[in-house]
Amino acid sequence: MSITADTLIDDPGLKEAEAAHERARRKLAWRRRLLPVAGILSMLLLWWFLVYILEVPPFVAPSPVAVATTLVAKWPILMENLVPTAIEALAGFTLGNIVAIIIATVFVHRKMMEEAFFPVVVLINTIPVVAKAPILVLLLGNGMEPKIAIAALICFFPTLVNMVRGLESVNPQAMELMRVLSASEREIFFKLRLRNSLPYLFSALKIAASTAVIGAIVGEWIGSTTGIGALIIQSMYNFDSAMLYATVIVGSAFSVAFFGAIIAVERLVVRWQPANPV
Amino acid sequence: MRFVTDRRTVTALRDVSMGVEAGGFLSLLGPSGCGKSTLLRVVADLVTPSAGHVSVFGMAPAAARAARTLGFVFQDAALLPWRTALQNVELPLEVGGTRDLQRGAPTPRELLKLVGLEGWENSYPHELSGGMRQRVSIARALLGGPRLLLMDEPFGALDEITRDRLNEELRRVWQETGTTILFVTHSVYEAVYLGEQVLVLAANPGRNAAHVSVDLPRDRDLTIRETPAFTSIVSGLRDALGRGH
Repeated sequence: MSITADTLIDDPGLKEAEAAHERARRKLAWRRRLLPVAGILSMLLLWWFLVYILEVPPFVAPSPVAVATTLVAKWPILMENLVPTAIEALAGFTLGNIVAIIIATVFVHRKMMEEAFFPVVVLINTIPVVAKAPILVLLLGNGMEPKIAIAALICFFPTLVNMVRGLESVNPQAMELMRVLSASEREIFFKLRLRNSLPYLFSALKIAASTAVIGAIVGEWIGSTTGIGALIIQSMYNFDSAMLYATVIVGSAFSVAFFGAIIAVERLVVRWQPANPV
Repeated sequence: MRFVTDRRTVTALRDVSMGVEAGGFLSLLGPSGCGKSTLLRVVADLVTPSAGHVSVFGMAPAAARAARTLGFVFQDAALLPWRTALQNVELPLEVGGTRDLQRGAPTPRELLKLVGLEGWENSYPHELSGGMRQRVSIARALLGGPRLLLMDEPFGALDEITRDRLNEELRRVWQETGTTILFVTHSVYEAVYLGEQVLVLAANPGRNAAHVSVDLPRDRDLTIRETPAFTSIVSGLRDALGRGH
């Protein structure tokens, strides 16, 4: 074959076509950035307008302006309470995902374990978080431990399911190739299965990033004095709707940042396109 | 060779016998379901026959596999998508007990050049065309100089133009490397153009239907397909395939 990457670059209209393509690409990139901002701004405006027109009392729902003022005024308290929640969410995320990856690895190599214990995992997953929380508080006390456990439990299931799928769904011919090459189970795991599972793992991690924060907050609802969850409960009992909304915004913002961090890592790690798009 | 399933027991191959001399090129031709892929997998020790005997240069298939006597090219190129073309060709050096290439043996780069992919070493599989991916997979199978190359409909998923070109190149690679090739196909033209021998299999259960020597010159190009000699071999094989039903 004589076609190489170099010989393709010899076309008079090429520069202009590439420039046009680049312009179109930039325009699209800006559109993708601006439209969500416009969407959010319009909803804020609608919210403010409704509160103003319907004369909603401040203990029912605050205006966006009141929320913004509270966000600024109570910033130190909000940040102080974000710290424990963030620690719980991150610790739970790490713990839950590591355990899920280890168990998925065991399941893939020992089918009997999967058949015996997967139903147990499904059963535990069917218990709602709000029901798991009191059980864990009784078991683990009032500190950070039950919150971490809840966050871990909530991350565990999607990662386990996706990871098992990712480790198992290798191209059957690639498996045959490994056998022809007399590869060991260990080599098959590290050279084939683990790499193959990464796109699946990251889709689970993206779900886990936001659910871990939810888990930590729900954990704090039950017997906690600090954290975003505790702040939510307190502001509700005080009819301090502006504080409630500000707390929720801080919690969500943290989730979004966490989610964004996972996407950034995914872009660094998964640089290929899947052979068989799922 | 039998497969027992819940619903029934399938006899995939019965009384099949074949042989290919060292340095030969045998095409295995037959309809879908005649067990030609199974036969190839028996030779590669990917499936164990329920009865029968296979010898690969005097070794049992398992021993031949362990000694890296075999190269296997699949219908799907089976490249690892996270590895570049070069890294895919290097895979055999990294698994199954890491081993160094014998001195003088072609390096991964040289093999990529042999299959016409010089300059594409650092491309990822999704950046390559189907034909190029299959070339990479052939280079990978050739690494370490296997004495027997097993090819399971490697060009079956390619368009005809690419397929023709790769057929020509495979003849050249075969002549340059001197490796023995077992080539499974369901294209009569491909079987005759490539093979020195053609074994026709019939289906249900898979069994020998005919064994034909291809009396064509060693140096062939695709124009040979228009010659009367070629056409008469082809029609002979078509008869054999028809009788198999």
